[in-house]
Amino acid sequence: MAFNKDSVSGTIKVALVVCVVCSIFISSAAVILKPFQVNNKILDRNMNILIAAGMFDPALNSKDEVDDLFAEFTPRIVDLDSGAFVPDEQLSQLGIDLQSYDDRAAQSDPAFSDVLAEEDDVADIKRRVRYATVYLVEAADGTLQTIVLPVSGYGLWGTMYGYLALEGDGNTVTGIGFYDQKETPGLGGEITNPRWKALWPGKQIYDASGAVALRTVKGSGSGVHEVDGLSGASLTTRGVGNLIAFWMGPKGFGPFLTNMTKG
Amino acid sequence: MSSAVKAVLTRPLVTENPITLQILGICSSLAVTTSLNVAIVMCVALTVVTGFSNFFISLVRNYMPSSIRIIIQMAIISALVIAVDQLLQAFAYEISKQLSVFVGLIITNCIVMGRAEAFAMKNPPVISFMDGIGNGLGYSMVLLILASIRELFGSGSLFGMEILPLVANGGWYQPNGLMLLAPSAFFIIGFLIWIVRTKRVEQVEKTEFRLAPHTVQEVAH
Repeated sequence: MAFNKDSVSGTIKVALVVCVVCSIFISSAAVILKPFQVNNKILDRNMNILIAAGMFDPALNSKDEVDDLFAEFTPRIVDLDSGAFVPDEQLSQLGIDLQSYDDRAAQSDPAFSDVLAEEDDVADIKRRVRYATVYLVEAADGTLQTIVLPVSGYGLWGTMYGYLALEGDGNTVTGIGFYDQKETPGLGGEITNPRWKALWPGKQIYDASGAVALRTVKGSGSGVHEVDGLSGASLTTRGVGNLIAFWMGPKGFGPFLTNMTKG
Repeated sequence: MSSAVKAVLTRPLVTENPITLQILGICSSLAVTTSLNVAIVMCVALTVVTGFSNFFISLVRNYMPSSIRIIIQMAIISALVIAVDQLLQAFAYEISKQLSVFVGLIITNCIVMGRAEAFAMKNPPVISFMDGIGNGLGYSMVLLILASIRELFGSGSLFGMEILPLVANGGWYQPNGLMLLAPSAFFIIGFLIWIVRTKRVEQVEKTEFRLAPHTVQEVAH
């Protein structure tokens, strides 16, 4: 009997064959390319951390240097509430793998994050992770040199994700970098402009009483606690200020930074 | 190159350009033309997908039950698009991040579906492949024109290299922020269509109906 493509059985057969062929094609592509994609993600994250810490300039350095430069960093997982490092046995209990733990994915996972009360949610991020990955650089003598912290906060159009790098005193800013943001190109989008980021190094987060004092201001920022806002981007600039206020405060990395610096 | 192949490759460039004549694929041409680098990757991705989807659809055109024709076309197109997306994530991660959803949205790009339905269903595989490539090139041409204008005047650069020194970096050029937003692409496409149709009057559509003149009605106050 000749194959009749328009009969019911013919239609079902053709549909089945097409589905099977397409799914084999897609799954093999996904499986073969997976290792490259995972590598890319890690490389990209590491590069963003290096950029925030001022150790990497995409215009000058090549991507091949990322691995070498990043070797100085030790990733650690911090319990944000207590501000202490999470011990290894607890990590394995929680099922967190230091290398593959993704703070951003964890933020939307109820098992790893909590809803923030409205009055605490300064940076407007809705949920906060319980455990955050921090990246530390220690000098040869064991003193802490750089602390890189993941930060996020709502700007004008969407959440801005970045890293804030601090010196070993947990107070002086080394640099800031945003790797994912949706701010208006040319206005708020200028938060990625090197000239604006150059305003940050040397600023101090806390004042003498230990409260978060660093803020973004209109006009010209002066002194160690003020960063000049971006012109034409008041809301984005305010978002960055809120992000600092939240992540450096008691609900963010405040407890952790206190722990790290008091002893 | 035979004249038939040449015709399917070159006709979509100006004479039957998918964007300026058929007004297809506008969505992605607004979204990915703020910088040339991104636009080029999108062009290559779309051209490859259109070529191969035409090829495979034409290959199986005689076995396609007419009742599920469109679904089969979609399945083939989406399989190709997912493969392209995976390849970009593996080998051009930076660019794939910037293209984000728009690679996936090639699936719904009217040019791909349009060529599958209008050409690949009726023609043998090789010439269909060429037709897909030709239409991809027509799309690419418009995208590259858009992207050069938008990147040059919006960011003062081409391929990320500074051409007009920006005020923000100590130069003299105050970038035109509108160029970086979607509406500017509409304006530029509009101008392109205007230019093409001034030169090629046959592309101007016939007026489908005439608006009736205003009627003035006396209203009692």
